[in-house]
Amino acid sequence: MADTLTPVLTANWGDERAWKLANYERRDGYQGLRRALTMEPAEVVALVKDSGLRGRGGAGFPTGMKWSFIPQDNPKPKYLVVNADESEPGTCKDIPLMMASPHTLVEGVIISAYAINCHTAFIYVRGEVLHVVRRVQQAVREAYSAGYAGKNILGSGYDLDIVVHAGAGAYICGEETALLDSLEGRRGQPRLRPPFPAVAGLYASPTVINNVESISSVPAIVRGGAEWFSSMGTEKSKGMTIYSLSGHVRNTGQFEAPLGITLRQLLELAGGMREGHRLKFWTPGGSSTPILTPEHLDVPLDYEGVAGVRSMLGTKALQCFDETTSVVRAVLRWTEFYKHESCGKCTPCREGTWWLVQILSRLEAGRGEPGDIEKLLDLCENILGRSFCALGDGATSPISSAIQHFRDEFEAGMHTPAWELFPYEASRRFAPAPATAGAGA
Amino acid sequence: MTRTHTNGHAPAGVHHGDPNAHRPEPIDVEETSTLIDEGVREELRAIVARYPQPRSALLPMLHLVQSVEGRVTAAGIEACAEILQISAADVSGVATFYTMYKRRPVGRYHVGVCTTSLCAIMGGDELFAALQDHLGVGNDETTEDGVFTLEHIECNAACDLAPVMTVNWEFFDSQTPDSAVDVLERLRSGEEVRATRGARVCTWKQAERVLAGFPDGRADEGPTSAPESRLGLRIAAERGWTAPPVPGRDEPSGDRNPQAQTQAAGAQGHAEDASLKQAESKESGVSADEARPASGPAGGQTGTSTATEEGSARRGEGENGTTKGGEA
Repeated sequence: MADTLTPVLTANWGDERAWKLANYERRDGYQGLRRALTMEPAEVVALVKDSGLRGRGGAGFPTGMKWSFIPQDNPKPKYLVVNADESEPGTCKDIPLMMASPHTLVEGVIISAYAINCHTAFIYVRGEVLHVVRRVQQAVREAYSAGYAGKNILGSGYDLDIVVHAGAGAYICGEETALLDSLEGRRGQPRLRPPFPAVAGLYASPTVINNVESISSVPAIVRGGAEWFSSMGTEKSKGMTIYSLSGHVRNTGQFEAPLGITLRQLLELAGGMREGHRLKFWTPGGSSTPILTPEHLDVPLDYEGVAGVRSMLGTKALQCFDETTSVVRAVLRWTEFYKHESCGKCTPCREGTWWLVQILSRLEAGRGEPGDIEKLLDLCENILGRSFCALGDGATSPISSAIQHFRDEFEAGMHTPAWELFPYEASRRFAPAPATAGAGA
Repeated sequence: MTRTHTNGHAPAGVHHGDPNAHRPEPIDVEETSTLIDEGVREELRAIVARYPQPRSALLPMLHLVQSVEGRVTAAGIEACAEILQISAADVSGVATFYTMYKRRPVGRYHVGVCTTSLCAIMGGDELFAALQDHLGVGNDETTEDGVFTLEHIECNAACDLAPVMTVNWEFFDSQTPDSAVDVLERLRSGEEVRATRGARVCTWKQAERVLAGFPDGRADEGPTSAPESRLGLRIAAERGWTAPPVPGRDEPSGDRNPQAQTQAAGAQGHAEDASLKQAESKESGVSADEARPASGPAGGQTGTSTATEEGSARRGEGENGTTKGGEA
């Protein structure tokens, strides 16, 4: 039985200048790469398969299996693309990882690229995180200088180029096929699947797209072995992962634990909810995962456990809201996000998110009309499963789950503004400041 | 002065009515002067050379155009189209899809306030209202002196440090209306301002140049992480929790025990954070303001020992960073 917290990816986040190559090497950095280069690429794929690593970007697809789908007899070049476009509301693990220890990612990129016989890899970082872009750019330059990237890596005969690519502000580019279109210099709009990226991805060539945390887990797996990795976690959800606690929690922050820890355990470590308040609702993995309530505090936070209560583990972004929070307000703001980020390609999402915002806005203002709740549910039904990609599906999750758990508050939106039921200043992190409190009123 | 967010007695962040009501100023298409010269074209072509296929360079090329022109200009679009051998309409379609590309001039400092659900609820709405009020501009508008552009942004992946502000895409974590106004005032007065998790704030154009893939030598500035980022690490060290031991280690560096290192690192993190009074600082706004002076060099880094250590590390590293940037 592994310990409650198991820092591996976060182990060096307290080190001074952890982002520098020399400091990373001092902690066994690039030893995973050295070992991988003594193995056949197929052996590396098998190792990652055996470890049970599943995608940390939301969907939880087995990483090694994804790699094995790359048709090695295809004469076209193979590509590895890292999805570092972290922007799912509530999700805040990849950005601190790349800022503190970009070499963990870069080493993972080199090993993973070697495993799938790829000679050009891309790290697609969202553009709105300037300092993370700097640190990743520098880490890649350092890796080249040290012979870990470029031609004939560590004398192995293996060549790899790594390109750091900054995005330009579009949540949709976190969707893997939209990311590929964006990386090809187009508007970031999702593609029809099949063909899947493993067969025809970037430049219509076989492509693996993985999340930052998934790729960053690879060096530790190669160093420790599949058994070591799978000694953490639960039966079908192996290994350690980063949980991000935010919201009305006494001490917010990042916790690296074996998959399967519960929110009750994490909240205990975080000192509970802020003094004098109690948990009202929370997301297990970002805003696209249906919200949960205190009755779900003991649900194991692994892929199966959260699916068992009809939500999703997602990105393990645990946004915790206390009893001062208006559910209608929170859901409206998430819906505004989806409306803003909808790429416009398909009608249900483009038009539907617009309608949802209009209805939720009047419910927030206490000006809801009879039948609004039914209309919201009807709209959700017409978006879910009928959109081109998961953005539309995700947009419906907070709404339908919130109505399921907190229908009263939506009913109240027929006559009372949300800010009268739940004075907004009570939800703030900072105390009301008389000098500025009136500014927006 | 536009007040898109003002709505009777509704709180900050509430806006109703015609969603089409806010129409931005039209783009000035008469303005054809450009700073794109042969040198810039050379750099645009250098971006193309990084990619297996030329068109992949378009996003960084547009970042570079912004770094030169202060926005995406018609001339910039033409230059990209010509170099990539695609139509100006194709480039234009891309330039209008992504929110970071601006067709209207952006100020010296782009100020973003996260108003997605969690940050909005934690105080982002009041933060944004306070900055609107302070600067006298609405969303996506620039002050008349061209110093600030204000924009409410979507989730910027720092939710454990809400409410979040960005200046030229550097993190200013855990802000209050007062601390945010203070940051802007110091920038306006020409003072050098450091991000709470990042480097000295550069201009928006300089930031765009980095995003285009031209390093500025500031990667070594700033801390490794925020205290919040290493909270779990600290608790693990306190309680002696580690990842399972790695079996049969035989690498060249096998003499080192990663568990011992983890503990040591955690302990170091613990020592750094020892003076933190996070619980207190989050419970009461008064002590939060005291403990988290976003005005200080350490900004959102609470606790004097952390601030001093990391501050001095930064000072030492600034020079290295510059040298490295020169080499690159």
